[in-house]
Amino acid sequence: MNKEFMSGNHSFGEAAIRAGCKHYFGYPITPQNELGEYMSEHLPKAGGVFLQSESETAAINMVEGASAVGARVMTSSSSPGISLKQEGISYLAGLELPAVIVNVMRGGPGLGDISAAQGDYFQATRGGGHGDYRTPVYAPASVQEIADLTYKAFDTADKYRTPVMVLSDGLIGQMKEPVVFPKKIEKLPEKEWALRGMGSGPSRLMASFHIDPAVIERHNWKLFRKYQEIEKNETMYETYMTDDADIIAIAYGCTARIAKGAIKRVRKDGIKAGLIRPITLWPFPSQIIKDTASKIKKYIVFEMSTGQMLDDVLLAVEGRIKVQFHGRPGGAIPTPAEFARIIYREYQLESKS
Amino acid sequence: MSKTKNKVVIRTEYCKGCGLCAAVCKKGVLQTSENLNKQGYYYMEPAEGAECTGCMSCTLVCPDLAIEVYSE
Amino acid sequence: MKLKNPWPIYFKKDVETHYCPGCGHGIVHRLISEAVEELDVGKRTICVNPAGCAVIAYNYLNVDCIESAHGRGTAVATGLKRARPDLFVISYQGDGDLAAIGTAETIHSANRGECFTAVLINNAVYGMTGGQMAPTTLLSQKTTTTPTGRTSGNDGYPLHITDVVATFKGVAYAERVAVNGPAAVQRAKKALKNAFQAQIDGLGYSIIEVLSPCPVNWKMSPIEAWKWIDDVLSKEFPLGVLADRRPKAV
Ligand SMILES: Cc1ncc(C[n+]2csc(CCOP(=O)(O)OP(=O)(O)O)c2C)c(N)n1
Ligand code: SF4
Ligand code: SF4
Ligand code: SF4
Repeated sequence: MNKEFMSGNHSFGEAAIRAGCKHYFGYPITPQNELGEYMSEHLPKAGGVFLQSESETAAINMVEGASAVGARVMTSSSSPGISLKQEGISYLAGLELPAVIVNVMRGGPGLGDISAAQGDYFQATRGGGHGDYRTPVYAPASVQEIADLTYKAFDTADKYRTPVMVLSDGLIGQMKEPVVFPKKIEKLPEKEWALRGMGSGPSRLMASFHIDPAVIERHNWKLFRKYQEIEKNETMYETYMTDDADIIAIAYGCTARIAKGAIKRVRKDGIKAGLIRPITLWPFPSQIIKDTASKIKKYIVFEMSTGQMLDDVLLAVEGRIKVQFHGRPGGAIPTPAEFARIIYREYQLESKS
Repeated sequence: MSKTKNKVVIRTEYCKGCGLCAAVCKKGVLQTSENLNKQGYYYMEPAEGAECTGCMSCTLVCPDLAIEVYSE
Repeated sequence: MKLKNPWPIYFKKDVETHYCPGCGHGIVHRLISEAVEELDVGKRTICVNPAGCAVIAYNYLNVDCIESAHGRGTAVATGLKRARPDLFVISYQGDGDLAAIGTAETIHSANRGECFTAVLINNAVYGMTGGQMAPTTLLSQKTTTTPTGRTSGNDGYPLHITDVVATFKGVAYAERVAVNGPAAVQRAKKALKNAFQAQIDGLGYSIIEVLSPCPVNWKMSPIEAWKWIDDVLSKEFPLGVLADRRPKAV
């Protein structure tokens, strides 16, 4: 297998092309520009189409068109641009159209800054756009995982006919690491539901609108059952040194890497700390948190925000044990030493009580 | 030349009584019925004795494809 | 006796449209279905229906259809056509849709010369939401959001979007027509066929703007609405070919 040394943003592009993505529509925004640039160079060579759209709004609606005729299609942006895509993502969910949307998060709200941040967790996992829907969200913590999860995101999108988000941040997006890419898919199966003109059959229709609320209610329950299937089959997480742990950190994406560094440090001093790293943010790995809650003293949630994933942790814990939060919002990047200090402090507090 | 015979038929359930067909018919073939259709409109009907020339003007302007014209 | 106007095969049979009496949408739907049949592209047609009175045009047109968000029809059409250039794509849009909320998508898809046809229904109001001001509303025209009439000071001027895009090199064909009488309807059909043929020939973007009656929101009878198009609306929006970059026949 060929190991390559590549940035996260380029890896998104390469993995998508290998997954059979033939169409990319997007609008420039830092810190994810390298992804669009990579696609503009490599997608046409792979027989695909790269189009720089007039806005993120236009891009996500171009995605709707390409997806409707059965293409594997991707768009990417960073936080402010993802806000503009939300209406379109809601339509994709309603029309049951597969697509992969990459968010390389930056600091917000507003224009914020171009540093890495995790302030879009609510937007990504709560639907983001209007209406009663969910978006599966993958949160890679390394360049290798960007490749693997982007590849997987296309399969999940097609399998469940749903938009899927890969939620990353400016740190992993711009970092270079060794990466081994999955095999290139040469031929994808036909999508029998796609629009293609009537041909010799009856006309087909893709619509989420209906005058009769009963029809839309049925549609919502159908989507709900699909989301239950996704929760059952697609939840992903990693555990690190949790078996003997007294205290467990919960973090995703680049924050989880920083937390891992902190855990390595405190372990040297005999502190039994571990890590749960959600890889899917929706569906959220609540079960592993419920399962470990009875065996440990405390969770510490680390996020590069003022506490968003924290809500999901609290819902899973159901008040059984203490949950401490430590966050750095707005593009501030924490260090392993900083997290280690928090772990020491919380550990000492627990030993006293 | 023998005169061709034409006949206009209104699909009354689809007619919305907008009157545009009657407005364009130079022969005064179409008139509003005294009855309502299921949609609740006073639909059009051919007037008795009026002669349709088969000019198709009414079919061109009918927004509801409610007019059929037959000829021999 | 023989039926002289057989049912167009790309119009669904035995459905009552939800349009108001005398509305122009029904006529334009019929013209589209006839034109795709005559040009033999119906079996590879996809029509995009954004929010607006015609959002459920898919219940009437017997071709593949896809819904789009308000204003985004031309972006969806771009995606369709880029992914499947062999398909025949129509983006059917209201004036609010194409010339207000979707202006950016309109301008840029036209400027890129995306090879699909936009059909713009200019009825000078927002029909679906109950008759509010549209970008095409005339000065002094009363709507539910210009109760004393549109003023240039507050609302600006009627927007001539088709004239704007007609200046773009990516636009192969642009024409403004009306559907307020038998001759106008025939001219409208010819214009649609010109635009469709430009798409079939791969010449780029084409757009047909249709001055279309909305009697209910204009508070007129269907016949008065026709007359208003002649006397007033077409004075602001003159009919005719606005761009024709098709190669001249030799
Ligand atoms: C984002 C968004 N904003 C507003 C609306 C509400 N809306 C639906 S159709 C419409 C305007 C329709 O007017 P037009 O495009 O001129 O078409 P018409 O109904 O007149 O045929 C509006 C404002 C919407 N569906 N989506
Ligand atoms: S075909 Fe001509 S003459 Fe006959 S009813 Fe219609 S408009 Fe009148
Ligand atoms: S034009 Fe059509 S819908 Fe209108 S009155 Fe005549 S038949 Fe009826
Ligand atoms: S509101 Fe106007 S545009 Fe809408 S269906 Fe009625 S007449 Fe037609």
